[in-house]
Amino acid sequence: MEPLDGNSIGGLLIDVFGAEMTGASGTCGTCGATGPVAGLVVYRQAPGTVARCRVCGAILMVFVKVRGMTCVDLTGMARLDQPGAA
Amino acid sequence: MAGTALRGRLTWQVATVAALTRETASVCTIGLEPPDWPGHRAGQHLDVRLTAEDGYRAERSYSIASAPGEQLAITVERLDDGEVSPYLTEELQVGDELELRGPIGGYFVWDPGDGSPLTLLAGGSGIVPLRSILRYRVRTGSDVPARLLYSARTLPDVIYRDELGHHHDGVEVSYTLTRSQPPGWTGHTGRIDAGLLAGAAWPAAANPVAYVCGPTSFVETAAAGLVDLGYPPERVKTERFGATGGP
Amino acid sequence: MSPISRGFRGRGRIPAGEAGRLPPGQYLTGGFPVLSAGPTPHTPLADWTFSITRSGATEGSWTWPEFQALPAENVTVDIHCVTRWSKFDTGWRGVSVDTLLDRVEHDGRYMMAFCDGGYTTNLPLDDVTGGKAWVAFDYDGQALAAEHGGPARLLVPHLYFWKSAKWVRGLDLRDRDEPGFWETYGYHMYGDPWREQRYAGD
Repeated sequence: MEPLDGNSIGGLLIDVFGAEMTGASGTCGTCGATGPVAGLVVYRQAPGTVARCRVCGAILMVFVKVRGMTCVDLTGMARLDQPGAA
Repeated sequence: MAGTALRGRLTWQVATVAALTRETASVCTIGLEPPDWPGHRAGQHLDVRLTAEDGYRAERSYSIASAPGEQLAITVERLDDGEVSPYLTEELQVGDELELRGPIGGYFVWDPGDGSPLTLLAGGSGIVPLRSILRYRVRTGSDVPARLLYSARTLPDVIYRDELGHHHDGVEVSYTLTRSQPPGWTGHTGRIDAGLLAGAAWPAAANPVAYVCGPTSFVETAAAGLVDLGYPPERVKTERFGATGGP
Repeated sequence: MSPISRGFRGRGRIPAGEAGRLPPGQYLTGGFPVLSAGPTPHTPLADWTFSITRSGATEGSWTWPEFQALPAENVTVDIHCVTRWSKFDTGWRGVSVDTLLDRVEHDGRYMMAFCDGGYTTNLPLDDVTGGKAWVAFDYDGQALAAEHGGPARLLVPHLYFWKSAKWVRGLDLRDRDEPGFWETYGYHMYGDPWREQRYAGD
């Protein structure tokens, strides 16, 4: 099962952040790589959705839907810059 | 942050299937009439949700095939072991309802205000969002020069063949067929490689912007190839689809 | 209220004829979905070991040949994934966790399974002993495929299948129950499908 990229969680990110986030710039807390969220390696076939750094594989975002509420863990990210309003 | 989280929330709406167009043996374009579509940008996608009688649900994302301003349409490829695509390409009928939400995506989008030459690389069904870009380019009268390299398994697998074949006015379209070619084929063969890209993509010196879309393995190879040609990574936009009937 | 999609049935969902055999909220599937939170590890068998550890010390360890020399058994079990699919009568071959623990000095009431790729999951020792758990290396008569957890995975069929950790490399014995990977992100510490314990707080 090939992983997808951050484009595939565009809808989920809008649900969580209330804004378009695939163009947001994220910095990996493990290796420091910076790039668009759209470029993250995304695994969706799991009990939760996991987005990993394309460079080092570290987990940057985890989304789990618990009783209808989406819980998001971003502790793997050192930084996440939301793009300016369109 | 809680306040801003309520704005811009995507809501599901129930669209009516208005048209069905078979593009290839396994690919179908679905014309949709949603009650409250806010419009979209070329390259964006939408989410589709199906609900079975026992409440079972499945959700998938599909790139929007139509240009902004046209009737909303998605193009779906039937995956042999798929759960949703066989339903959308073989069971769905005009008049049926389809629940969707969108548009989604702010990274893999093209606006005509960007004057950069366009390098478009498509693998299999990755052509769909690029077709939206090309249609929008025509619709807005843009004179941005564009080069499309489309990799497909065989000629019958090429989606939008007639439409792409008609491109002129600054759009060069080339194909590479990876599995078999018709007799007398004069286009490229085999998977994309450095030589093919060098001939088909804009040179880096032209300061182009590239959109690369298709199965993950295709995108990895094609995007890396453009970076090797000197494209700055931030000028190569990528969108990876799941394992498909791509090349 | 979502409309019913006319004619949509989804992938191979089979109406459960044996009502008592399917836990609440589950669907019976004919396939075997592959779920993962990361890339599939590919540890060469020459490098593979399975260990029982306790406070950083290795209480017992087996190389692949040593593991294959242990008594193994064939089991047929129903499995239930928290994502709602269930599969009946799956056939596995593996070494019972009892067999492994019998060969080491051990105490502690809990354990954390640890795996290639960094996945972990926690279990009470009571739930992996007494014939309830195996380290399985064959599925359906063939070597376990990498995408399904090969060379070996934990098999704990009475709990949700996220507890049956893929690519397992050992069990760390503990005094306290601490959350593993999915448990940290909101899933239930125990995970009994018959009490529908999917999420923390269920």
